[in-house]
Amino acid sequence: MKPKQRYSLVALVKGACRNHQNWERAWQSPPLQPQYDVVIIGGGGHGLATAYYLAKNHGIRKVAVLEKNWIGGGNSGRNTAVIRSNYLRQDSIRFFDRSVQLYETLSRELNYNIMFSQRSEVDILLTNTSMRNMRRRCFNMSLQDVEFKMLTADEVRHRIPVLAPMKECRLPILGGSVQKRAGIARHDAIVWGYARAASAYGVDIIQNIAITGIRRAENGEISGLNTDRGFIKTNKIATVAGGENSSVAEMAGIRLPLQTFNLQAFVSEPIKPVLDVVVNCPDLQVYLSHSDKGELVIGGITDAQQISFRRGGKLAVLDSTVAGLLELFPTFRRLKLMRQWGGALEFARDGSPIISLTPIKGFYVSAGWWGGFKAIPAGGLTLAHTIAKDEPHPLSACYRLNRFDTLNFLMESGTTVPIH
Amino acid sequence: MLLIRCPWCGLRSESEFHCNGEVRPTRPYFSSLTDQQSVGHICDRKNYKGWIEEDWCHSKGCGEWFRLSRNTVTHETDQD
Repeated sequence: MKPKQRYSLVALVKGACRNHQNWERAWQSPPLQPQYDVVIIGGGGHGLATAYYLAKNHGIRKVAVLEKNWIGGGNSGRNTAVIRSNYLRQDSIRFFDRSVQLYETLSRELNYNIMFSQRSEVDILLTNTSMRNMRRRCFNMSLQDVEFKMLTADEVRHRIPVLAPMKECRLPILGGSVQKRAGIARHDAIVWGYARAASAYGVDIIQNIAITGIRRAENGEISGLNTDRGFIKTNKIATVAGGENSSVAEMAGIRLPLQTFNLQAFVSEPIKPVLDVVVNCPDLQVYLSHSDKGELVIGGITDAQQISFRRGGKLAVLDSTVAGLLELFPTFRRLKLMRQWGGALEFARDGSPIISLTPIKGFYVSAGWWGGFKAIPAGGLTLAHTIAKDEPHPLSACYRLNRFDTLNFLMESGTTVPIH
Repeated sequence: MLLIRCPWCGLRSESEFHCNGEVRPTRPYFSSLTDQQSVGHICDRKNYKGWIEEDWCHSKGCGEWFRLSRNTVTHETDQD
């Protein structure tokens, strides 16, 4: 099923002739029904993608996506929009590379321009530890046939001319690594594109609704959920509420092995094009890209070990991130920072996400996402499969919840900061 | 929370401190526990919204360890 109104050059010209009064709402806001086949808690990228793939691949269309605020207002709207698949473990590489592949065709599939620009991601390496770490990733990636290669110091400087000259560097650049298929995309467009496509299939997107409890039948199965707008009957609930999954799971009566940390990002004032790749420096714990608007989008590390739901900034972390940035790019020191924000990230015990059935029949979870933006298509695809078939998708079987029961960890680590 | 009071050094900038996460019970002898209990000790975290007790270290100062109550939603501490 396609949205009634297709976006195309012809539609744009037609719109221009009618003063652009002809555009329909991208997605509907239907009234809340008393009963659904599947209820998805959380209207971010992952939730909406799950609803879309449930309808498209599995024919389940009586689906509601419940969002407490507005769709895409949580981590989907707070990330730095980097898409890459240079992970450490073979299962993660397969999963995240599938996600990159889905992103490559997503604009066409959703008929919504997500502005995916595969401009490469270059890691700048200043210590032998990170050289070794990245070389290890290279080998693991090549085993999975995903391109990721090492660069010499000269190649790094050639690729990023704005880097500090050698004599000004505290630590010399030893080398780098590059994933050519990595890039950035417009984060809102992904949320809105999935919302529009899911809505066209008949999925109900309900905003400004809060969950107050989850009801279970006498045999322990899910029977429905209480909201501030009344009871909804359903046998299947998926929690995709990045940052808040622990609270939702607690309502259902289970505890997830998650900790929520704050991660902040900030943007500079808009400047002329200066960086045409995504830059990441694990040694200085900073990464940045140049957005289409001209702002430098800069991110750093989490507020280490401090559980936080505040979604704000922390001066000490901002300070060290900016110091790292200026060490690499002293020429940016006169830039003003325009906006700064934080998001609530979930870390599972081993650093890998959880896409899984749970001990409660009819309760599914997609949690533990940090850098989950890049995983939206694959996360939605595999969670939809898990919900529809009641068994894990082959790609996400490694992310099942019961891996913690047997300490069968899938230890992952970030490229900006190793979390172990 | 920009300043934290170290029991030795007094009010110091937060960037001098290291947070070791929520206070957890002392690790029991795993031989005395069931598998599920041992796994619970390793993996279970409360991830609580509100006031929690944390272990902090003045790592870039005197190195003293101390307890701090902190609100995970507002970042207020019991010293504020």
